Amino acid sequence: MSISIPPTWKVDRRGNVAVLALTGDWLAAKSGMLGVAETDQIIGQIGSCTSLQFDTALLARWDSALVAFVWRLHDITGGRTNLSLDLSSLPEPLRRLVCLAAADKGTPGKPPRAPGLLKFAHAYALGCCAGLVASADLLGTFALSIVPALRGRLQARTTDLTALMQECGSQALGIITVVNGLVGAILAFVGAVQLQRFGAGIYVADLVGVATVREMAPIMTAIVMAGRTGGAYAAEIATMEGNEEIDALRILGVSPQQYLVVPRVAALMAMMPIAYFYANLVGVLGGLLVSGAVLDLTPTLFLGQLRQAVPPADFYIGLSKSIVFGAFIAIASCRRGLGAGRSAADVGRAATDAVVTGIIGVIALDAVFAACTNALGI
Amino acid sequence: MLSVYDPRVGPAAAAEILRCEGLTLSFGPRLVQSDLNFSVRRGSIFAVMGGSGCGKSTVLRALIGLLRPTKGAIFIQNENLWGATAARRNQISQKFGVLFQGGALWSSMTVAENVALPLLMLTHIDQAAITQLVRLKLALVGLAAAEDTFPSALSGGMRKRAGLARALALDPEILFFDEPSAGLDPISSQRLDELILGLRDGFGATVILVSHELSSLYAICDDGIFLDANEKTAIGRGAPRDLRENSAHPTIQSFMRRTS
Repeated sequence: MSISIPPTWKVDRRGNVAVLALTGDWLAAKSGMLGVAETDQIIGQIGSCTSLQFDTALLARWDSALVAFVWRLHDITGGRTNLSLDLSSLPEPLRRLVCLAAADKGTPGKPPRAPGLLKFAHAYALGCCAGLVASADLLGTFALSIVPALRGRLQARTTDLTALMQECGSQALGIITVVNGLVGAILAFVGAVQLQRFGAGIYVADLVGVATVREMAPIMTAIVMAGRTGGAYAAEIATMEGNEEIDALRILGVSPQQYLVVPRVAALMAMMPIAYFYANLVGVLGGLLVSGAVLDLTPTLFLGQLRQAVPPADFYIGLSKSIVFGAFIAIASCRRGLGAGRSAADVGRAATDAVVTGIIGVIALDAVFAACTNALGI
Repeated sequence: MLSVYDPRVGPAAAAEILRCEGLTLSFGPRLVQSDLNFSVRRGSIFAVMGGSGCGKSTVLRALIGLLRPTKGAIFIQNENLWGATAARRNQISQKFGVLFQGGALWSSMTVAENVALPLLMLTHIDQAAITQLVRLKLALVGLAAAEDTFPSALSGGMRKRAGLARALALDPEILFFDEPSAGLDPISSQRLDELILGLRDGFGATVILVSHELSSLYAICDDGIFLDANEKTAIGRGAPRDLRENSAHPTIQSFMRRTS
């Protein structure tokens, strides 16, 4: 395109009439824009004239830059009774646009100020309480749904349940294998190096067995589920909220808690123990392979020692942990999803919150378990 | 990339700005529309008409460079849109302003930020000037008061107008509208029609709109094409009013003369 000529203006006073001559190109992205300073200058130069006309004979090309400029002049002079703007001297398209913009009398409201520290703390505390209440509500809904569910009178679909179980069950096996197999192997490595010094290499089986069955398998599986399934639950429910899908359920009289949350909690609670069982197998396998490679322990020796070392109580503790973790992750994630706003950023925030809450909660719950089992002496 | 009003050019403004030759669109094996031939004059308001599901929005997606045609070519000012490299296609599409059906505002930004983003990303205009331009665009669509509002707090009609302000941000040469009046009440719909006319006359932009809203088709469009879902091609060509008066095709007649 041709070279652009910078925009210029000149005020010419003829008695009571001031003539504003506009020349050059008025292109926002090319020749620059004239703004507040220039319009103020023009108003100053008009002085005591009562009418302002435009001379556009030498005006070349223009776009929004000129419209914005004239609109601003119109805005300023609009508040003055002793000066009238003669828009009819403008080119017709320009006049139409200025009139169109000037027809909107709305003024932007003040942007909301950031709240003070006290107000913020107040709102935050209230939010936390509301969150706890909502979570308790979901837990209660789930508890109250158990009997109707067993009678087959739940507002939920079994196809949803099987799909959800597949999603957090078989489809999660790969990552559970990798994570728990490696954790088992790492435990064996660390144990082997230390125990070998005392000639007690065989006890690596005790270490791997107890640590895996009691702590690592339930925690690692729960963390995988919190990241994988919890995030997905929150994002899915938050998106449904944004699409008014949840409202559509409410209108039908279907409780979103029952229809969406109960199947998810049930699916994760059903799959977590199975995943836990599987995680034990791969964890022990990882430990067995490493002890075979590092300490030359035969599988028979390793498994024999492991059977002596791990009491059934450890397995039951791990199993109950996995069920509790599953319920916690599902309820916390669904709650994050149901409470989310409607924008794209809200969906992301809900997913992040769900994962963070899931992981922190699982570790905190595990501490509670440790304190309880210690007090009970198991 | 700017729509420029140049008093010295004058009659050249009547030239053709967009042309389709043998345009064929399909999703995999499913044919949507085939062999569309039409051209759009600069400064006209061109309607893509037809019943629901005939592929109007799909044609629009091809015209704005979002969907590659199976066959045929689209020329924007004699430049083949889909024959160009992806980088060149991006440059061409900066001449376009698009108003999507739901407004498609970015939900994490205020209305003013939505309108400012194209200016920030694609021009070197300074911040003060951007603010001024954004104010102007919002005032043009009657949303000056909603500057700092987030899209989620806007009504459907306001979202459309905010989307229009964003489409206008770069002073586009061609404005595309997907169902501009869908979901709007008659008064808002009429206001939008007047706005489209005002913007066309003011900026000298060309408008291509997809619609089946008869009242606004008759009110503002001076040219158009009628697509049919069964024949999978265009069955009528011309301004909506002319089609109503002169077309012999039964589908067009029942569409154009629907009394409800």
